[in-house]
Amino acid sequence: MTEPFLELLNIGKRYPGVVALDDVSLSVAPGEVIGLVGENGAGKSTLMKVLGGVAQPSAGTIRVDGTDRAAMTVAEAIAAGIAFVHQELNLFENLDAAANVFIGREPLKAGPLRLVDRARLAAAAAPLFERLGADFAPATPVASLSIAQRQLVEIAKALSLDSRLVIMDEPTSSLTLTETDRLLAVIGDLRAAGVSIIFISHRLNEVTACSDQVMVLRDGRKVAELAKAEISPEAMVRHMIGRDLKSVYRPPQAAPGAPILEIRGARTPAHPDPGVDIAVRRGEILGLAGLIGAGRTELARAVFGIEPLTAGVVRLDGRDLAIRSPCDAIAQGLYLVPEDRKGSGVVLDLAIAQNISLPRLADLAHRGLVDRAAETALAEDQAERLRIRAPGVNVPVGSLSGGNQQKVVLAKWLSMSPKAIIFDEPTRGIDVGAKREIYDMLRALADSGVAILMISSDMEEVIGVSDRIAVMHEGRISGTLARPDFSEAAVLRLAVGHLQ
Amino acid sequence: MQKKDLGLLVLILAVGAVVAIINPRFLSPINLANTANLVGLFGIFAIGQGFVIITGGIELSVGSVIALLGVLFIDLIVTHAMPWPFAFLLMLAGGVLIGLAHGLLVTRMNMQPFIVTLCGLLIYRGVARFYTADATAGFGFGVSFPTLEWLATGRSFGVPHSFLAMLAITAVMWVVLHRSVYGRHLYAVGKNEEAARYSGVPTGRVIVTAYVICGVLTAIAAIFFAMYTRSISPASHGGFYELYAIAAAVLGGFSLRGGEGSIIGVVLGAVLLQVLQNLVNLLGIPSSLNFAVMGSVILIGVLVDQQFGEYRRRRAAQQRQ
Repeated sequence: MTEPFLELLNIGKRYPGVVALDDVSLSVAPGEVIGLVGENGAGKSTLMKVLGGVAQPSAGTIRVDGTDRAAMTVAEAIAAGIAFVHQELNLFENLDAAANVFIGREPLKAGPLRLVDRARLAAAAAPLFERLGADFAPATPVASLSIAQRQLVEIAKALSLDSRLVIMDEPTSSLTLTETDRLLAVIGDLRAAGVSIIFISHRLNEVTACSDQVMVLRDGRKVAELAKAEISPEAMVRHMIGRDLKSVYRPPQAAPGAPILEIRGARTPAHPDPGVDIAVRRGEILGLAGLIGAGRTELARAVFGIEPLTAGVVRLDGRDLAIRSPCDAIAQGLYLVPEDRKGSGVVLDLAIAQNISLPRLADLAHRGLVDRAAETALAEDQAERLRIRAPGVNVPVGSLSGGNQQKVVLAKWLSMSPKAIIFDEPTRGIDVGAKREIYDMLRALADSGVAILMISSDMEEVIGVSDRIAVMHEGRISGTLARPDFSEAAVLRLAVGHLQ
Repeated sequence: MQKKDLGLLVLILAVGAVVAIINPRFLSPINLANTANLVGLFGIFAIGQGFVIITGGIELSVGSVIALLGVLFIDLIVTHAMPWPFAFLLMLAGGVLIGLAHGLLVTRMNMQPFIVTLCGLLIYRGVARFYTADATAGFGFGVSFPTLEWLATGRSFGVPHSFLAMLAITAVMWVVLHRSVYGRHLYAVGKNEEAARYSGVPTGRVIVTAYVICGVLTAIAAIFFAMYTRSISPASHGGFYELYAIAAAVLGGFSLRGGEGSIIGVVLGAVLLQVLQNLVNLLGIPSSLNFAVMGSVILIGVLVDQQFGEYRRRRAAQQRQ
C-alpha cells in the first residue's frame, strides 16, 4: 500500500443548531477508489465541501503531502490536486467540450490582445479525450452532449489540472446501464494511472463493484470503514441504518376509510418508463419515501398539474380528474404543499393575509373586488388556529421564520375544503419545535378525513409520522410497508431498488 | 397613497414651485391647460404600460400602435365616411387584438416580451406607413366632426377633456389594480409567478389580460392624439412614446423586474415628465436638451430612490439586531 497523500483527521463541522460532521477521518492513497455512502443528510455533501475548500471545518486537521492545515480554500484544494465531477454538472453549454476543459486557463497567442490560441487549445484537449475513450470530438458543443459525455468532459478537466483525487457525486444516477459500465471502466483506468477517486453513490452495487474501501456516514459520523473483502450492499445498508429513532407517532383516531386519492400508471417526463400506482385512503397519512432523484417530486408536480402527466390517471374520491393546471386540481380539493417553500410555496413579498387568500380570492370578493375585511378576518383566524407567530397578518411572509412560512402555506389550504393534500418535504429547514407542530397538524388533518400523501427524505419523519410507507425507486413504487413492518432497513432496501 | 408616491408628489410640487418663481407664466391658465392636456394624453397609455411592467414584461410597440390606429381612425371617418363612434369601437377592438397577440406570444410561445413588442414596434410602424403610402393623414379643408372634436379636444370648466378622460381611467384602473381580484393576481404573478401558479392563479390569463389592458388604453390614447394633432405623418407620429410611458412608470416606482408599482405612481410619473418638458420651454433651456434633461432627472430619481431604500433596509436590519 502506498502512502496517503491526503488525510482528513478528526474533522468536525457545525452549523448553527446542527452538527453536520463529527470526528470524521479519511485518508486517500494514490490509485485508491473510496466509496462513500450514507442516507440523505448523513453528512456526505458537507464532507465533500470541506475537501473542495467550500466549507471550512470547525474542528480537525487537513493534511496534504505531510503539511497540516486547519482548512483549505478552493484554490488550495485545486492546488492539492482535488477535482469534482458534480451531480449537477458545472459546464458552459454554449461552449464546446475542449473550451470547457480549459475554461479560465485558455492558452493565449502572443501579443497584447490576449487572443485565445485555438490551435493549441485543441491540441492540448485531444489527448485527454482520447485517454478517456470519448466518442465525440473535442469541438462538439456541450449543449449537444449526453449526460454521460458531459461527465467525461468534467473528468477531462480534472485530468488537465493534473488532479490526484477526483470526487464523483452520484455520477451514475442519470446514466443508462451501458454508460454506467463505461464510466466504471474509466474509473478503473484512472485508478491504474494512480488517480484516486471518491465515489459517492446510492447505488450500492456499483459502489461494491468499483471501491477498494468504503466509508459509511450516519448523522455526521463515520460509522464504518469496510475493506475490499467486506464490501457488500447488505453490509453497507446494515451500517447506514441503526439510528435511534425517537417515536413521534400518533395513531389515527379511526381506521382509514376508502381510497380518496388514487394514482394509476402515472408517468412523468423524468421517469417515462415504469408508471406509478398509489392509493391514499381517507384519514390516512401515506409516507412516500425514496432517495433524492427517485421521481417523487416530479410525480407530485404532475398530479397537481404543474407539468401534466405523460400517461396515467388521477382519481379523487372515485372520480377521474382531468388536471391540466393547478387551478383544476385546486377546484377539486386536491392541494400541494411544494418542496421549494420560498420559490413555489409563498410569495415572500406579499403579506400573510394576501398569501393565505390567494387561492380563494374569488370566494372573498364581491363583484370582482376583494373584501379586505373578510380577508383579514380569515387570515387572523387561520393564524390563530395554526399558531403562526408574527406581529400581524399584514407583515410580508418573507420576514417570518421557515416554520412560520410553512404554516402560512398550510393555512392557505386548510382554510379551503381539502380532500387530499400532497406534502413535499413538509419540514425541510424547519426547527424541531415547529416540526412537532406540523406533525400534529398533519395528524389532525388526517383525522378530519383528509387523505395525506407525505413525500419525505427524512427517515425519522417517514417512520415517525406515516401510517403506511410507499417507497419509490427510479420512477416506480418498489414496495409498500405497513406500520408493523416499518424499519429503516426495510425502507432503505426498497429505496435502493430491492423489490419486495 | 404610498410613501413613494408622496415623495414623487413633493418633487413635482418643488420643481413646479421653482419654475413658477423663475417664470410666472408656468401658472398661467393657458400653460396649465396645455400641460394638463399633454399629461392626459401621455398618462392614459402610461397606465397601460404600468400593467404590463407589473407582470415583469415591457410593451415597446405603444408609439407605433398610436400611429397605426390614428391613421386608420382618420382614414375611416374621413375617407370612408364611417360614423365615428363605430370607428372608435373598431379601434378599441384593434387594441384588444394587438394586446391579445402580444400576450399569447409571451405566455403560450414563451417569447420574451422585449422581442415580441420590439417586432410589434417595427411591424405596426411599417404597416401605418404602407397604408397611407407614407403620406400624411389628416382632415381636409372644411371637414369637421363637431361632437367628436368637442369630446376629444374640448374643455369643460377650462379643463381639457383628455385630462378628464385620464382622471376617469385612473379611477377605474386604481380600483382594478388595487382592489380587485385581478389586481391581486397581477401582483402575485409579478412577484413570484411560480408561487402564484402553485396557488391556483391562472398566470397565463393574468399576463395576457395585462397586455390587452395596455392595448385598449393605447387605442384610446391613439384617438385623442389623432384628434389633437389633426394630421398624422405615419413615419414620425408617436415616435419614442413607449419610452415616455416606461419612463413615467419607472419614475412612479415600478420595477422592471415586475411586481411593483401603483396607479398613482405612474400618473405622477407622467405629470413630472410633462412638467420637465414645460420647464425646458419656460426656462429658455435649448429645446435640443429636452431628452437630456428628462434622462438626467430619471437617472438621478431612480438612483436616489434605490440608495434611500437600501439605507432604510440597513437601518431596519440594525434595529432588529
